[in-house]
Amino acid sequence: MMRRDDLNRRGLIGGAATGALGVGLAGCERISASPQVNRALAVGEGVTRRAQRLLVDRMALAREYPPQAISRDFRPNGTTAPDSDEYQALVTTGFQDWRLDIGGLVERPLSLSLADLRAAPTRTQITRHDCVEGWSCIAKWRGARLGPLLDRAKVKREARYVAFFCADTLELTLDGSGDYYETIDLVDAYHPQTILAYDMNDAPLPVAHGAPIRLRLERQLGYKMAKYVMRIELIDSFEGLGRGRGGYWEDRGYQWYAGI
Amino acid sequence: MAGLPERRRAGALEVYRHPWVVRIAHVLNAACLLVLLTSGLQIFNAHPALYWGETSHFESPVAAIRSDLNADGTMTGRLQALGGSFDTTGVLGASRGADGSWEARAMPAWLTLPPYADLGAGRAWHFAFAWLLVANGAVYLTHGMLSGRLRAQLLPTREDLGGLGRSIVEHLRLRFPHGEAARHYNGLQKLAYLGVIAGALPIMLASGLAMSPTVHAAAPWLGDMFGGRQSARTVHFLTMLALVGFVVVHLAMVLAAGPVRELRAIITGWYRIEKKQESA
Repeated sequence: MMRRDDLNRRGLIGGAATGALGVGLAGCERISASPQVNRALAVGEGVTRRAQRLLVDRMALAREYPPQAISRDFRPNGTTAPDSDEYQALVTTGFQDWRLDIGGLVERPLSLSLADLRAAPTRTQITRHDCVEGWSCIAKWRGARLGPLLDRAKVKREARYVAFFCADTLELTLDGSGDYYETIDLVDAYHPQTILAYDMNDAPLPVAHGAPIRLRLERQLGYKMAKYVMRIELIDSFEGLGRGRGGYWEDRGYQWYAGI
Repeated sequence: MAGLPERRRAGALEVYRHPWVVRIAHVLNAACLLVLLTSGLQIFNAHPALYWGETSHFESPVAAIRSDLNADGTMTGRLQALGGSFDTTGVLGASRGADGSWEARAMPAWLTLPPYADLGAGRAWHFAFAWLLVANGAVYLTHGMLSGRLRAQLLPTREDLGGLGRSIVEHLRLRFPHGEAARHYNGLQKLAYLGVIAGALPIMLASGLAMSPTVHAAAPWLGDMFGGRQSARTVHFLTMLALVGFVVVHLAMVLAAGPVRELRAIITGWYRIEKKQESA
């Protein structure tokens, strides 16, 4: 029974939402949590990926903007300062001892310093960053093109994906499955705008945005663009990484193909 | 135009208004719009603010929903739009979840799919049903064009447009066409349906695609058409509101015009024109 003083507008709305619709909500939750339903919905992602690959030129460039379009307030997202001792030590020494290892299915594994990366074939681009949450910001990125680095390491024939392992842990777990990682395929890896960015808006990449380097994958959503990259590995399958879906957020329900 | 098939049943004239393709398309369309609305609001909850232009100027949104935690531990939901700030506690910004506890969320649980916060799942629902809507729309439009129904049934005639003012007054007084006039959609109906089919839904599709970073690389003009990605997102939201408005009025009209007859028509295809109306 509702007492008279409960019968205010707020109480009525709240009561309606929790009471009458409670049954419906529980049903929706059950449907949404069902593995069969999720498998059926995942078909949509496959259709999206194939349709975009079919209709969009593999090498089509993302739009590049004039300097005046750069956002004054570019919101950092996800981890803004990895708290591991190793990472903190790298920050205090200005990433002097940081090395980027490129290994896995390559003929010639590489271990590159920040200076090596700065000396590698470079690209500068002013592009729009689209977050999966819905917002967008524009920044100027300068970095080493991933394609020439992979050529230098000589990718083996059986390699299909590039995996990026990062210094940030978003979820503390015993098995390390809370560590950030991402995978992209070789088509996207060799895209001319795919760079390992070390500068943002003409200054060294800030810690909040992924120092010393973050991936820029201009035609996909922000969560694909791993920050704090420590190690790159060429792999033939991502099933053995994390929970097997190809990335930290993919393991938690985001789409591996982040083209929309 | 060729007239619709008709028959006499129990002394009343019936016209075959909706062929089976249209009936199936209608129910699929209704299901798609419901899933797209609720999953879309789930996606919106990830960043409940709208902007104008290419990028997000976080300090100056067009509209935003805020969740404020008060000093006494209670929660206040606020809608900021049109230069004002409105207390929307209970619905927008702060609402009770399935277990009755207060949650800081823009759209309430009963308006989102899934009811709990899960952006990835909301996106999966949204894009799967967007494809279904597109496929359904393609079948409907192909059928409508090949059969000539789209032009015959939905394109307003000169008389329709001329009588639009009177038609609006009649609808507001809840007086609907009878007899011979009830055989066809009236001008107002035609414009509303055409507005959804040729206006709102294509705008939803275009503004939705304009938000895709891959589509942006291939067809940057699509986003430019709306004035930028964030404008496209705002247009997507406003057009959603227009579609919700259409559905509300559509359902209200069905109720007002005779829900049994209208439902029977959309289920069996046969629309009954009552005998006494015939002579009216």
